[in-house]
Amino acid sequence: MILRLAIGSLLARALTVGMTVLAIALSVALFLGVEKVRTGAKASFADTISGTDLIVGARSGSVQLLLYSVFRIGNATNNVTWESYRDIATRPEVDWIVPISLGDSHRQFRVMGTTPAFFEHYKYRGGRSLGLSGGHGLKDLYDAVIGAEVAETLGYEVGDPIVVSHGLASFTDHDDQPFRVAGIVARTGTPVDRTVIVSLEAIEAIHVDWRSGAKIPGRTTPVEQIRQMDLTPQAVTAALVGVKSRLQVFGLQRWINEYPEEPLLAVLPGVALQELWQIVGVAETALLAVSAMVVVTALLGMMAMIFSSLNERRREMAIWRAMGARPATILGLLVLEAALMAAAGAVLGLGLLYGGLVIAQPLVDSAFGLWLPIGWPDGRELAVLGGVIVAAGIVSLLPALRAYRLSLADGMMVRI
Amino acid sequence: MTPDAPALSLEEVRFRWPGRASFGLSVPGFRVAPGESVLLIGESGSGKSTLLSLICGIVTAEAGQVCVGGTDIAALRAGARDRFRAERIGVIFQQFNLLPYASVTDNILLPLRFAPERRRRVADARAESARLCAALGLAEDIPGTAAGRLSVGQQQRVAVARALIGEPPLIVADEPTSALDAATQDSFLGLLFGQVAATGSSLLMVSHDERLGGRFDRVVPLAEIARAERRAA
Repeated sequence: MILRLAIGSLLARALTVGMTVLAIALSVALFLGVEKVRTGAKASFADTISGTDLIVGARSGSVQLLLYSVFRIGNATNNVTWESYRDIATRPEVDWIVPISLGDSHRQFRVMGTTPAFFEHYKYRGGRSLGLSGGHGLKDLYDAVIGAEVAETLGYEVGDPIVVSHGLASFTDHDDQPFRVAGIVARTGTPVDRTVIVSLEAIEAIHVDWRSGAKIPGRTTPVEQIRQMDLTPQAVTAALVGVKSRLQVFGLQRWINEYPEEPLLAVLPGVALQELWQIVGVAETALLAVSAMVVVTALLGMMAMIFSSLNERRREMAIWRAMGARPATILGLLVLEAALMAAAGAVLGLGLLYGGLVIAQPLVDSAFGLWLPIGWPDGRELAVLGGVIVAAGIVSLLPALRAYRLSLADGMMVRI
Repeated sequence: MTPDAPALSLEEVRFRWPGRASFGLSVPGFRVAPGESVLLIGESGSGKSTLLSLICGIVTAEAGQVCVGGTDIAALRAGARDRFRAERIGVIFQQFNLLPYASVTDNILLPLRFAPERRRRVADARAESARLCAALGLAEDIPGTAAGRLSVGQQQRVAVARALIGEPPLIVADEPTSALDAATQDSFLGLLFGQVAATGSSLLMVSHDERLGGRFDRVVPLAEIARAERRAA
């Protein structure tokens, strides 16, 4: 009955209560939304590469190696010689190894030389393989497979010619050996979307007439002749390694890191991703803190609303007192009302969040490659909602205590 | 409750509002017998509200005894006093008696929420509330409507039903007719007396209007039983 009366009292003040509930709802939706994007981004980030046990490159920092080998950000300072690569590949622990050769570009996108095994072993979002939305994989020497974003941005379709530029942001094109778009990778939400993939041999082929990063003047080897050449590279930029048993990861990692012929670095992708996230995550935490402040502001607004309503409700308090309600009951009534408002706000906020997610999910996925899962609210979110309700109860204690004192002083006789 | 005890008795009561040294009230002796109806006549400012607060146990006397049904209210702890008030006293105000957002039925049942004994005396609370409404001449569709939508006269009758439900031994009314016009006043008093007689409760009404006196067992000028003390502030 008290609950029914509390609800009745709230409904009677529908406008002010409604605005307060709306403020709480918006703040809760914002907070949960930020949290959702944060965890989604973190998951997407962590999902960039999976199934790979070690990333091997020239010795630098683990974050740097991860950045250039997986995210195609920055450059390798050194390469891994083909001999070292072979040494690693023939280790008994190694199940598979995929070489990566970087350094050239097409427009604003990086070109990556690799083997067809890349499509077999590169996994993202918890073990998903790359799928082609059109065409086929690398078959011919001059086949290129492009990421979804490359295709979309440049308007490429299967069969279109592509000319690879030497280096990044350079004016020298490998226009003597044009490629052909053989396939387009379906959108993954990973850096693969922004990559032009060619074969390792092709990288070698387009550099046949080059020495030390410059074209040898006047020399143009015919394509037919290049096709006959041995195109085994001198070096690769990095390699993705899978081991036969996960127990061997650390042994192999140590072996590579202590490799005597050349300074190499092997990192566990998960560990490196986490190191990277610690750097990126600060901004996300700041965003979360700001949205938490918005929730606090909404609750303070509610407190102000309860305070300002106290005076006009003194008569009502007197009625409760005359009926035998204790001052503590009045305090409880006000706290209950606040908790009800917060609960309504939390539920409405959750509704707003899911409504927003349903609309935004496909847009965010296609625009940012960020997958925001829609599921039942998890424990963390429920804890946030519960926390908002409890916080509302605590915040309302201040006006409720004032009402307590007023009702003690006024008793049943209020003259207004 | 002792059967022979007066419904209400005040002995040598002295009271001063805390923090308001300028006003105090003393009552040498005053009694209301069980089933008796008493009208206290007093102008505003004569200490009516203070007296009612004392009787209802909202405030306690500095000295002397305020007994309701033989129980000294001052001897009870604050929480017990609130419960005691809910059990023994039905209160009717001048106006604004009801929670405007609650239905008439919820308003009538509200005191039972705080008074388990009164609750036990009523077999079916909703039926009893409907019966009281009917007996007080309220239309059948009234109980479901929000109290704030009723006319003042209807609200005062609902207040009577609320005071009477569960048959508390003492009904205290503070100028319940002052917001009503003369014709409504008369029919209201008729209904009030009818129901108070039916439950056998004592009725203590405070008013400035001597014309109401005809229906009461006793009419007492407040000045005769209580002395308001006023110092120049």
